[in-house]
Amino acid sequence: MFLSLAWRNIWRNPRRTAVILAAVVIGVWCMVFLGALMRGMMVEMVDNGIATLTGHLQIHRKGYQSDPVIENSMRDPGPASKALQDSLPAGSHWTARVRVNAVANNARHNAGVTLVGIDPACEAKVSFIGHAVAQGQYLKPDDDYGIVVGQALLEKFETKLGHKLILMSQDTGRQIASRAFRIRGVFHAQQRATEKQFVFVTKAAAQDMLKLGSGISELSALLPEAASPQKAADRLRGELPGAYEVLTWPQLLPLIKLYLGMMDSFVVIWYVVVFVAMGFGIVNTTLMAVFERIREYGLLKSLGLKPWGIIKGVMAESFFLLLIGAALGNALGLATVWALSYHGIDLSALAQGAEFFGMGRVIYPEAHIKDILTANLVVFILGLVVCLYPAVKAARFTPVEALAHT
Amino acid sequence: MPIVQCDHVNKTYRQGNIQVRALREVSLEVDKGGFVALSGPSGSGKTTLLNIIGGLDLADSGAVVVDGESLEQMSQTQLAEMRLQKVGFVFQAYNLVPVLSALENVEFVMLLQGVPTDERRKRARAILDAVGLEGRHDRRPRELSGGQQQRVAVARAIVSNPAIVLADEPTANLDSKTGQGLLEMMRQMNQERGVTFIFSTHDQMVMDFARRLVIIRDGQVVDDRVKG
Repeated sequence: MFLSLAWRNIWRNPRRTAVILAAVVIGVWCMVFLGALMRGMMVEMVDNGIATLTGHLQIHRKGYQSDPVIENSMRDPGPASKALQDSLPAGSHWTARVRVNAVANNARHNAGVTLVGIDPACEAKVSFIGHAVAQGQYLKPDDDYGIVVGQALLEKFETKLGHKLILMSQDTGRQIASRAFRIRGVFHAQQRATEKQFVFVTKAAAQDMLKLGSGISELSALLPEAASPQKAADRLRGELPGAYEVLTWPQLLPLIKLYLGMMDSFVVIWYVVVFVAMGFGIVNTTLMAVFERIREYGLLKSLGLKPWGIIKGVMAESFFLLLIGAALGNALGLATVWALSYHGIDLSALAQGAEFFGMGRVIYPEAHIKDILTANLVVFILGLVVCLYPAVKAARFTPVEALAHT
Repeated sequence: MPIVQCDHVNKTYRQGNIQVRALREVSLEVDKGGFVALSGPSGSGKTTLLNIIGGLDLADSGAVVVDGESLEQMSQTQLAEMRLQKVGFVFQAYNLVPVLSALENVEFVMLLQGVPTDERRKRARAILDAVGLEGRHDRRPRELSGGQQQRVAVARAIVSNPAIVLADEPTANLDSKTGQGLLEMMRQMNQERGVTFIFSTHDQMVMDFARRLVIIRDGQVVDDRVKG
């Protein structure tokens, strides 16, 4: 009967109940939807980072990560390739790359770029480039003079498909190496910075140009969704001699890792800010309900209900309101996330700012169970805490004071 | 053996800047099974005395003992427990819980006492039938007349067999015929069940029904007589 009494009490004034519910529903909706939006941005950043030639983990020669020059290339990638073959879980893909800084120039322009020598077939399974060529064609394994460039670089160089592009870099003998390539394909990327930075040639062409023999800069691996990069990296470290270093994506993308940590904190801060706004509404309306029923609390006390019983009653009413509000808010939030999950939110107008943080031009909100649980815990725990104030207030009236209230 | 003992009870209220002495050295004993009316003009202190006997308010000085328990040193929680176990209240304005049915209003005190559901329901139905509310158990207070609501309040007050029932102006909001019916019912409860009733009233009909009449004026007992 106690819970039944609380349930009936909340429907005594439907308009007031609707006001509280609206506050809770809007608050929870904001938490769920904006939490999912922020989570979507984070996922987008990580996915972009991983797809942009990082992978879930990489193997380098020791020292390459801190000084990525050609001298620190892996001269013999055999043991590392075998370790990948032996220890990565089924469904993993990996590829070998040559990666050096270079200068690209044509008759009118020049710019610093990153020359990436790839194995076209393997690379297509690991990074974005395999499905990013929008004009012309992707590289063929035996094309020693073909190059794929980004749309932004193409525009910057005022050139087009089939035209020549000269690349210059330092070879292993510390001499200037250069080669003229012909533009075979143009790729589009989520970020224009990526389109300006990377140019792709075949691994054999890069090795030949840089006098690298069979050497490479890195081995990059993409793991199946359920696999843990950390565990895979630990296994590889156990198998490889000390001349190699195995790095996971958080080590390769420290800025993104840092940003993810900050975003997690921002999400919780956001939840608390929304709750504070919502909490004032809840406390105010609950106080109104308490003051409206002072005589009734006096009656219940005179019948023998102890102060704790009054607190329990007010808290039970608050709990029901929070429960209904949270259920509706979650449903509305998840419906919004679902509706936007196919087409996303187009941030093209803010693309430059978004790119700065490694995000794409379209954000797809992603509802994570952890975020939803956190939002609901914030609402329930803080909601019940703030409702303690009107509850204690109701419990502290003496029966005579309360019964005399008009 | 008195069930209520008040010994030199004093109570002063503050109304704004003015101090009002509501009770002055009031001493009173009520025996078990009594049917007592406290009467006097408005502001004479009869409701204050009733509140102090019922543990709704505490005396500034003096001793109050109800069914062997002294109230002066009790905390609010202990007073609530004492009210729950020993006192039934009937108020002038009925004071039923509006969202509960008549049956649930009567059950409520037994719920607080921890009486099992089946027994609670059985006793509540029986007492509602006894006060003449057969067929109206499931009605909410707003669906009952004033007299019927006061009957529910009486049923609620006596269902848990309290040591005393304190009724503050129980007939004030009722017409005389309904009031008389209610008083007859309470007298019947007093005679058949031995329930002790103490009324505060200035209704002549209540005074006529009472077997003992205590007159209070300016916070003092000025007359106390048992009727023939």
